[in-house]
Amino acid sequence: MSKGILYDATLCIGCLLCEGACAEQNGLPYDKQHADLKKQTATKFTYVAVHADEKYMRRLCMHCADPTCVSVCPVKALEKSKDGPVVYDASKCMGCRYCMVACPWGVPKYEWSKAVPTVKKCTMCVDRLAAGKQTACSEVCPTGATITGERDELLFEAQKRIRENPTQYVNHIYGEKEAGGTSTLMLSSVPFEQFGLRTFGPESLPKITGKALSHVPEVVTVGWALLGGVYWITNRRDDVTDSEKKDQEK
Amino acid sequence: MNTKLPKLTFWRGAFIVTLLFGAWATYIRVFHGLGASTNLRDEFPWGIWIAFDILCGVMLAAGGFTLMAAVHILNIKKYKPIARPALLTAFLGYLLVIGALMFDLGKPWNVFRVMFTWQPRSVMFEVGWCVMLYTTVLTLEFLPIVFERLRMEKPMRIIRMISVPVFILGVILSTLHQSSLGSLYLIVPNKLYPLWYTTALPVLFYISAIAVGMAMTIFESTMSARHFDHALEAPLVRGLGRGLLVTLILFAVVRFQNLISTGNIKYAFMQNYEATFFWVEIGLALLVPITLLAIPKIRQNPISLYLVSIFVVLGFVMNRLNIAVTGMERASGVRYIPKWSEIAVTMSIVGVGIMLFTLAVKYLPIFTHGYPEPKKSEAEVAPIHAIPLPAR
Repeated sequence: MSKGILYDATLCIGCLLCEGACAEQNGLPYDKQHADLKKQTATKFTYVAVHADEKYMRRLCMHCADPTCVSVCPVKALEKSKDGPVVYDASKCMGCRYCMVACPWGVPKYEWSKAVPTVKKCTMCVDRLAAGKQTACSEVCPTGATITGERDELLFEAQKRIRENPTQYVNHIYGEKEAGGTSTLMLSSVPFEQFGLRTFGPESLPKITGKALSHVPEVVTVGWALLGGVYWITNRRDDVTDSEKKDQEK
Repeated sequence: MNTKLPKLTFWRGAFIVTLLFGAWATYIRVFHGLGASTNLRDEFPWGIWIAFDILCGVMLAAGGFTLMAAVHILNIKKYKPIARPALLTAFLGYLLVIGALMFDLGKPWNVFRVMFTWQPRSVMFEVGWCVMLYTTVLTLEFLPIVFERLRMEKPMRIIRMISVPVFILGVILSTLHQSSLGSLYLIVPNKLYPLWYTTALPVLFYISAIAVGMAMTIFESTMSARHFDHALEAPLVRGLGRGLLVTLILFAVVRFQNLISTGNIKYAFMQNYEATFFWVEIGLALLVPITLLAIPKIRQNPISLYLVSIFVVLGFVMNRLNIAVTGMERASGVRYIPKWSEIAVTMSIVGVGIMLFTLAVKYLPIFTHGYPEPKKSEAEVAPIHAIPLPAR
């Protein structure tokens, strides 16, 4: 079973306690300045965006089912763990930053100011989950806007909330199918695009590159046979001409 | 000779100044990180060190596999005189690309891990392996030149025995990673501007590599030819001109067929930043060269062919910069302009490349080998050295 996070924006009061708890959990500084920063950075893994009329939207790593960042990493520094979180191992990372280029939500961030930089992102509190606890952001949330649980159960819960209060929600569970589905699920009364959450098809992005990469064995085998054949023919022609010349000389 | 000296001093001076700036930039890069030495940031993680040094660098070195395939596999003998300069460019090019990559990687010492990982879903993994293997192949292809110079007959004989599979392997590896550089961008359908995003990117990268491979070979052979006071043979020039024309038309057909079938061609007629860069690219890489090459008189003249080759190189450099920079800006929400230190490092790498090429040409049998004895009929030969070219 795979864990997930359900964020229900209609329950969110924008208290930002999740931001503080996240910073504390990850040993990051958090003060007024950090609270005002409305984006993910190498020192802030989650933030609560504010829409005009007291509508909120939390942003954090989506923890995709088939993560783009994991698929592009040439050294397996990023991996999808069994429990659901997408985790990063700095000791393997060579710093190519392809994960940052590729992530459809622009989640991985970089320590640009360090001489030896690493990638930073939400870990879904992987250690806490392993210990049977909730994520730090879920635990601190006073209204239950963010909750941790089994993804299947959270999805069921989200469907139930929409069904019971169809007027209160946009009829869409963001993360259910987006780019192959994500462990982070979101509910909102405001269309997700208004918070800059892009629309994605149900196909995960690694499938697109998978199609291109599936031609590699073909190129190698067909290429070898073809080039070998061409070489044989073109050089055979020379051999024939040479031996004919010799025959004529005789 | 004396009159040439001041010019040489100027270029040497420019080279030294570039290297000094490059060294300063390297110091900042190593001790203060990517943030201090580049204009990269979270919104824009790849700059010209990837866009130019890697994407264009590998493309500019594509003459190696193109000419090796033509001469050693297709057995077209007339191209033999320019196979070695093309091979030299490729060999130096790949060494410099690997060097440049060390600047861009945050933790370059971990690059060896690619060899001990199995990640068949990562395009970067495939490119990494191919570049590594192809650089080995290039070394094996290049060694005979060194052996010839040092008159080492025994190693020469050994390397000759494996030369055919090495040539074939070189072409296969090049086909794989030249196209895969385009595949790198397949993963960003929501980020790369529609004028450049297409599932045909790997095909387009492959065709453009061949075109630029030929153009670079024409360019360098012409530049170097005058140093040796010989000329490119007319049949060779005719062949290259025709080959370049066919490759460019093929690229244009795939590119526009793709833009039209996806409907993305409409973006070309919007009045915006991307459309402007798109037309500059199309003009430089396709419109001007195809128009000029379509005229037989121009195509068959070594000097005009040389000028066309410059257009092609600039056009496709523009194409790749557009994909990696221009096309990625809108979705990122920021504008990226390289910092002085990024430019200094890139220019230093180009400078080192030119210096190594000049040295290699001087001390190794690059152009001297395979050139025919003084021409039999003057009419067949185009007098390249008669035209003044900018000194290196």
